[in-house]
Amino acid sequence: MTSAVAGELSAELRGFREVQTLAYECAEAVAAQLKPGVTEREAARMQREWLRERGVRDWFHLPFAWFGDRTAFVNFRIPLQFFPTNRRLEPGMPFILDMAPVHKGYTADIGYSGCLGLNPVHDKLLADLEAHRELLLREVRERRTLREIYEDVDRLMVRQGYANRHRAYPFGVIAHKVDRVKERRRSPHVFGFGTQSLKGLASDAIHGHRDGWSPLWSPYKFSDHPPRPGLWAVEPHLGFRGTGAKFEEILVVTDSKDPEQSAFWLDDDLPHVRRWAEERAAA
Amino acid sequence: MSTEATTTGIKNARERRVRTGGVELCVAELGDATQPTVLLVHGYPDSKEVWTEVAERLADRFHVVLYDVRGHGRSTAPQPLRGGFTLEKLTDDFLAVADAVSPDKPVHLVGHDWGSVQAWEFVTVKRTEGRIASFTSMSGPSLDHFGHWIKKRMTRPTPRKVGQLLGQGAKSWYVYMLHTPVLPELAWRGPLGKQWPKILQRMEKVPAGDYPTSSLRSDAAHGAWLYRDNVRARMRRPRTDAYAHAPVQLITPSGDIFLSERLYDELELWAPDLVRRSIPAKHWVPRTRPDQLAAWITDFVTTNEDGIPAKDSVATGKHADRFGGQLVLVTGAGSGIGRATAFAFAEAGARVVAVDRDAESAARTAEMSRLVGAPEAWGETVDVSDEQAMEKLAEKVAEEYGIVDVLVNNAGIGLSGSFLDTSPEDWKKVLDVNLWGVIHGCRLFGKQMAERGQGGHIVNTASAAAYQPSKALPAYSTSKAAVLMLSECLRAELAGQGIGVSAICPGFVNTNITATTHFAGVDAEEEKRRQKKTSRLYGLRNYPPEKVADAILRAVVRNQAVVPVTPEARSAHLISRFMPRALRAIARLEPPL
Repeated sequence: MTSAVAGELSAELRGFREVQTLAYECAEAVAAQLKPGVTEREAARMQREWLRERGVRDWFHLPFAWFGDRTAFVNFRIPLQFFPTNRRLEPGMPFILDMAPVHKGYTADIGYSGCLGLNPVHDKLLADLEAHRELLLREVRERRTLREIYEDVDRLMVRQGYANRHRAYPFGVIAHKVDRVKERRRSPHVFGFGTQSLKGLASDAIHGHRDGWSPLWSPYKFSDHPPRPGLWAVEPHLGFRGTGAKFEEILVVTDSKDPEQSAFWLDDDLPHVRRWAEERAAA
Repeated sequence: MSTEATTTGIKNARERRVRTGGVELCVAELGDATQPTVLLVHGYPDSKEVWTEVAERLADRFHVVLYDVRGHGRSTAPQPLRGGFTLEKLTDDFLAVADAVSPDKPVHLVGHDWGSVQAWEFVTVKRTEGRIASFTSMSGPSLDHFGHWIKKRMTRPTPRKVGQLLGQGAKSWYVYMLHTPVLPELAWRGPLGKQWPKILQRMEKVPAGDYPTSSLRSDAAHGAWLYRDNVRARMRRPRTDAYAHAPVQLITPSGDIFLSERLYDELELWAPDLVRRSIPAKHWVPRTRPDQLAAWITDFVTTNEDGIPAKDSVATGKHADRFGGQLVLVTGAGSGIGRATAFAFAEAGARVVAVDRDAESAARTAEMSRLVGAPEAWGETVDVSDEQAMEKLAEKVAEEYGIVDVLVNNAGIGLSGSFLDTSPEDWKKVLDVNLWGVIHGCRLFGKQMAERGQGGHIVNTASAAAYQPSKALPAYSTSKAAVLMLSECLRAELAGQGIGVSAICPGFVNTNITATTHFAGVDAEEEKRRQKKTSRLYGLRNYPPEKVADAILRAVVRNQAVVPVTPEARSAHLISRFMPRALRAIARLEPPL
């Protein structure tokens, strides 16, 4: 998977792209059904059912849904607070849907931000995420260390006036590796994470530890290495006074010498990218 | 009803007399009569001239109407006095005036003191429905609501409720006095009437001038019947249907010695469409804070005329009642604590001027401030250490945006390194920004505040380093200690003018000050390393600037003198008072860099 042929994607990448598209379709379908009074648990269940109907049996992690100031992880202290609650959606509230289905052995991990009705702050956050998508790709192509890139993203957020909210994720990660997962008859999960995927992550962590890299892209010393070829689910998350917004999608890193081919987004036809293009066209 | 054109003490006022129920009321009008009508009702012991300052400010936009309540000013008194001042009769007067000045359209009522007490009656009785578009109340509760307030506390006297009852009971001493026969009249016509202007100036800080008017003694003597005719009756049997049929804006002066703020605790039950405002001032706000009142009345009336529900027109952030519409200037607003402070004020509905030496970040702060609730926000590029630039800024702000209500002198830079390594240039640089920046801010904007004479607040960002000595930060600590002392001295000087001064001592807060701190006595590479290391340590501490911003807003609301923010800043502050030697020992430690 670590080399991509220019112009066309390898079969494997196509598999990842299909499941990522499926996941974003799910997010858009569920987002369209959200109305005032829906709870986070209901929104999470809607995602799960929508994907189950389309053949998803295993998960990297179960779908999450955050509403209102929970999109900015206000007062989050323990990881259990990430799980969906009975918080109800109200007009003007921002929301984030985050899911990581495994389909035919391919993993996707996506994040979809939206809001119910008008919310200018949320629109601004979403628009400002574009600069982060560009920065991440540029610096990965430059082969800066992951820790440095993390710090640059941090600095950009501070300049924009936002708080870094991916810091709240386990290990403060802005990204993590995803990989193929073996299809089994049973697919148990612990604390919302699929055991198969956790196993893959753990084995990466062990191998990486020996070779000086980590499948977790964090602000810490273990991320002080250049980007490792593979698929990275990147999720910059901005927070601003009780409103949060993120995107999450897969960045492909290869060992190609050609900078264009050394790193690229798996798919550029995603809701947030289309939105930015539309905004530019309107302006 | 007769109309005649004469002049009163109010400039450019058209005067007419309205006859109703056996008395003749003196009514003055200002402004364009085709504009929405704002009707101002005065209190006790006053005449319509109490509103002069506010009326003149409202006259450009509205048709402003004032009248002397029966028995006051140049209106005639009912005969006999007893029974002539009941709220029913006062309601008749109001309807007569409203019909005379605005026969087709409902009026916007504004009442102060007894004017507000009356207006609560107007706005809660059936027969005025459709005649009142909105009501702005200050320092005068509805007697019926007051009656229920007392009853509620008497029937279930928990310690807190008893405390509230006793508190208001003590503040109402003058009400009991006014119920004694003849004596109040004698006092007012004698020594009290003579001393009253001086008492107002000294106790209430009412500026001297053509107020109170010459009719004061008879106003006060007649007005005693306002109390005697209404208070006992309404306290005994408060109406149970006293619901407001128009949107209400309640302005509560926090320093009112006659009325407790607790009186309005459950006002939402009686006035469903209620907007609350609070103002740090004493009882006579129409004389002491005309700018703020005129601004709030204008806002409330305009949104009401535009058909926007009152509740939707105000900001939702913390302390929105206090800062809504106020002008707040923050220096160093391009990042860190300054930016967070600008946002916090913006959320409270303040108009924000974000000053920073970096144009882009100042503009960004202004832009985001508008998004979170500031009705207006501007970014200004100024280096606070530049005297001329600051003078220009002060002129520009006064001319284009108005007089600053809250000034936050926050801009500052870091400088670390031993005293012997610190060069004179380093010293100059840190003092120029950290101390001179504050001096210029206080000097220029403080002067504007003092000249306006309507209060204000200055916040200076000092530091925990102001009282915690350290061998690593001699220059920085010196500059901040100076800021702390400057704030304390200025607080003493400006207290008499209603201007508060607070010094904020944040402590270790996760901002980019660490990344820009100059480390004296080391080469560039080592400096870079230390900046990184400090940033990392501060990042680990991770105290967010937003919490400091909250502390700043709280300090302004409570008018606190010195506010240490982080736990370490608070404990160091405590230790500096009781165990200064412990702090001196800490000062000798080598910082872990």
